Amino acid sequence: MHGLINRSIQCFVQDTYGAELWADVAADAGLRAEGFEALLIYDDALTEAVLTSVSRHLKKSREVVLEDLGTFLVSHANLEPLRRLLRFGGENFMEFLHSLDDLADRARLAVPDLDLPDMEIVDEGPSTFRLLCRWHFAGSGHVMLGILRAMADDYGALVLLEYLGEAAGRAEVQVELLDCRFAEGRSFKLAMPAG
Amino acid sequence: MRDAMRLSPDAMACLMPMHVWVCPKGLIRRVGPTLQKLRPAAPLAGRRFLDVFELRRPRGVHTLDDFVGPDGARLQLAFRSAPCTALKGLIIGLGEGEGALINLSFGISVVEAVATYGLTVGDFAATDLTVEMLYLVEAKSAVMEESKKLNQRLQGARIAAEEQAFTDTLTGLKNRRAMDHVLARLVDERRAFSLMHLDLDFFKDVNDNLGHAAGDHVLQHVARILVEETRDTDTVARAGGDEFVLIFRDLVDMSRLKGIALRIIRRLEQPILFNGEPCRVSASIGTAVSTQYPAAEAAQILHDADMALYASKRAGRARATFAGEALRRGSDAAGNGDAPLH
Repeated sequence: MHGLINRSIQCFVQDTYGAELWADVAADAGLRAEGFEALLIYDDALTEAVLTSVSRHLKKSREVVLEDLGTFLVSHANLEPLRRLLRFGGENFMEFLHSLDDLADRARLAVPDLDLPDMEIVDEGPSTFRLLCRWHFAGSGHVMLGILRAMADDYGALVLLEYLGEAAGRAEVQVELLDCRFAEGRSFKLAMPAG
Repeated sequence: MRDAMRLSPDAMACLMPMHVWVCPKGLIRRVGPTLQKLRPAAPLAGRRFLDVFELRRPRGVHTLDDFVGPDGARLQLAFRSAPCTALKGLIIGLGEGEGALINLSFGISVVEAVATYGLTVGDFAATDLTVEMLYLVEAKSAVMEESKKLNQRLQGARIAAEEQAFTDTLTGLKNRRAMDHVLARLVDERRAFSLMHLDLDFFKDVNDNLGHAAGDHVLQHVARILVEETRDTDTVARAGGDEFVLIFRDLVDMSRLKGIALRIIRRLEQPILFNGEPCRVSASIGTAVSTQYPAAEAAQILHDADMALYASKRAGRARATFAGEALRRGSDAAGNGDAPLH
């Protein structure tokens, strides 16, 4: 698993639950407290060990931890650059949904060895979509559930999300877009904020 | 022209949001919405094209009449009024009496322009790769930031590792490697310096009778005294076991060196308490002075200091000898070495 993804899990634990919990998790997983380097690649088993430990310490299921991680990635101030990169996907939530088809390729433009889930959006009706995620690591659907929920808020869209399940490395999430402009949403300017 | 195609203003705005349609007299007839957004104060339509834009390339052109053909020509221009954003363009003649169409884009100035004018995704044509480029610029910046952090951490680790590699972990003094470096540099620079080789006397007794912890305590205590008795510009190294090497930069005055050596021995002879038990050691010292050699060599100086130390030991320990004296004593069996301190 790419260090950027591992590192984001580490930031999620540190920024949400504190450095002490991270120290415990790192010790459980056999990592140094400094944790992951963002630009190195790690064995998937290490990522799994971290998730197992987080889930045990927080007394939350692996699924819930992954969904919280997804929400964190978009909504936490420390990860504003990531939110911005996602917002480049489109001017509204509908465009954003369709941009998910290219997300893995887009990410690879910047970081060639970054292996994000391969995603496909299938239109099932005028406002109903099914997101298919294929990944080498189980649970991508739960992370996307968190990301989609947070991105809908970001765009000010009203959506209903339903996790449909995962089989043979393919997770499915149903997205029902009730209102594309339900609320104001957060601002997004193309220009990078100074500093 | 049978193949000619008519496009509505809306279609033009959508396809080329930064186009300018110029009439034969050189006046702007219509502009795309994004271009107008760059000059929000007043409509661009109706103004003379070359009043609004400065044509930078091709040079020396004062009228657009030169560009009447359908083949198109590349332009480099900039707004005449601030902000003088640079633009690149393509001009196509529309035929006799129809004027010309100029399609503009930001080129490399796009990152700045997007910030200056607060542009959004909707300001660019769907086929325009500007947004992808901005995305890449940001993604690369984020990755570079991570890369920079990684490099800083590696740099810190490298410095720490180097410091450790030059430091004796027990005493915090320089180690043998560091001492070799310092010595080599002084020799290279042909600097005047002296090298004192110090070996503890009776240290083995401390280790044997009171244990290694006591021995370690004594070594740390000795290290402290050596540092106190030398200047910051001098080098104090633990060369191994209970051997120390002191290098005095720019100090070759033998009487001063002698004084330092004797003071060190006197201080080392003060009983060192370990868990209430006094540990007693002393030291033998051999000193070599670089100015005594026509061309000092590290190995020679170390060897001579070593021989002088050996002479001190042989003469009954707890004393200091200079390399020259040691030689003289070697040739003169009855020689009167340094007076013992007690």
